[in-house]
Amino acid sequence: MSKHDPIRMPDDTVILAKDLTKEYGDFTAVDHISFEVKKGEIFGFLGANGAGKTTAMRMLCGLSKSTSGQAWVAGYDINQQSEQIKKRIGYMSQKFALYEDLQVWENIRLYAGIYGVPEREIAPKTDELLHRLGFENEKYALVKSLPLGWKQKLSFSVAIFHEPSIVFLDEPTGGVDPATRRQFWELIYQAADRGITIFVTTHYMDEAEYCDRVSIMVDGRIDALDSPGNLKKAYSAKNMDEVFHQLARGARRKG
Amino acid sequence: MVSTSAINTKMLAIKAEHIFKKYKKVQALNGVSLEVGEGEIFGIIGPDGAGKTTLFRILTTLILADEGTASVNGFDVVKQYRNIRECVGYMPGRFSLYQDLTVEENLTFFATVFRTTIEENYELIKDIYVQIEPFKTRKAGALSGGMKQKLALCCALIHKPTVLFLDEPTTGVDPVSRKEFWNMLKRLKKQGIAILVSTPYMDEASLCDRIALIQNGQFLKTDTPQNIVSEFGTELWSVKSNQMSKLLNDLRRFEAVDTCFAFGDTHHITFKGTPPTVEELTDFLHTLGHKYVYIRPIEANVEDCFMRLSGKTLQS
Repeated sequence: MSKHDPIRMPDDTVILAKDLTKEYGDFTAVDHISFEVKKGEIFGFLGANGAGKTTAMRMLCGLSKSTSGQAWVAGYDINQQSEQIKKRIGYMSQKFALYEDLQVWENIRLYAGIYGVPEREIAPKTDELLHRLGFENEKYALVKSLPLGWKQKLSFSVAIFHEPSIVFLDEPTGGVDPATRRQFWELIYQAADRGITIFVTTHYMDEAEYCDRVSIMVDGRIDALDSPGNLKKAYSAKNMDEVFHQLARGARRKG
Repeated sequence: MVSTSAINTKMLAIKAEHIFKKYKKVQALNGVSLEVGEGEIFGIIGPDGAGKTTLFRILTTLILADEGTASVNGFDVVKQYRNIRECVGYMPGRFSLYQDLTVEENLTFFATVFRTTIEENYELIKDIYVQIEPFKTRKAGALSGGMKQKLALCCALIHKPTVLFLDEPTTGVDPVSRKEFWNMLKRLKKQGIAILVSTPYMDEASLCDRIALIQNGQFLKTDTPQNIVSEFGTELWSVKSNQMSKLLNDLRRFEAVDTCFAFGDTHHITFKGTPPTVEELTDFLHTLGHKYVYIRPIEANVEDCFMRLSGKTLQS
């Protein structure tokens, strides 16, 4: 097997992390985390500010190398094959904006090109997407003229336009009104139903309930990982907010 | 006649009447009025782009309203802006301290600008400052999010303001740190400081004395959180089954259902006209293959109220 072939992970595993660690000098930002994420799963990646979520996510996206430990995303090694990973993932954050001075279709065209979507598929897929979102009339509108909630939906749709194996969502719903936040989660469900794996961070604990499984990071470690139902049972908690408080209260690192 | 003394509105920390503000084509504020009493925590709750920051900037005398009047501590925001700047503390939504100065240098700088010293008002910030004091020689730019927030609050408090403006102090902050931050606000309130605070987190509404729900530059409602919740005005049910994603769509297909939203591990529904009986809805869901159907009437929370008042539905 050549170095650049994907490793043999079980077919239904999209992320596999083994003792993944990142140190900055004598500070261990991510401390031996191990977990798996299955195809089509909605995986909630929770933790207090400063717990190490962003550092872990950057490694999984191929943007930074681990100090020790390993991880494979979509079958590729994060340290050796980060370019292959970047082609197979989508990424969206609240801060990651579309180009405000480009029209809606131009933004889609741009990202589709960057991610290598075949030329002839782009136009029909664009129309299909705009139809699904109910944005047909906004095709030629400048992105800056859209309401925030629409931008976020469009931003998510652009992030999965190239049908990645997995999409990383970094606090995608921050600052959005409650109704739009819920519509956004319905888009997430639809993507997961199509087999796209969702890896999402959020500070809204009601959104943690919408995930299939949730991990909670404390001081660089994953201190809990299970379905919301099981976590609530294990911590005798009414809701995920209580689970989170029980775990994160013990953190030594303060955000 | 303009006088520098506070006259008519002596008991009010903040008073705003019919404030309008337009940026080119966007009507950022569309006739907003509010009154905040001494020692009151008043929350402005609403999403990004609703007009929260514009209102803060008008009240802190940074921009002018197109129409309407406002006063802080009895001082007019236009004619007596200098008096207002002396007596208010303002923590903007974006971190705006000097990244290249240390924690201590930032605090000293703000104290000096207001002709005071850290020592003079140390009591007021003590509770918060002790948490960042171990890092006082660290540059502000190198602090974590939670610590930046604490430093910003200290800098906004160092001249002993009587009115505090906090624009989204907890956005992007995790639930545990958010709770700690609100505890700090409660302690400040006890010292008689009036606090106007904005947030997109609906669960923080219950921590305020009174709140205004804001959307598209207008207040949808202003009242105590308890009154807002008790005036929800219609039946609200919580529904669960073994297939939550399918349940969302199936509930929307039920004739009498008006709105249906996911709420954590349950869905919340309201009805057009008279609600069905629990048995009718349960039977309907059973025929569609749902198991473990669990339905119960519940009390609304602030987020339910916000969605109802903002009139959005997910029927599309």
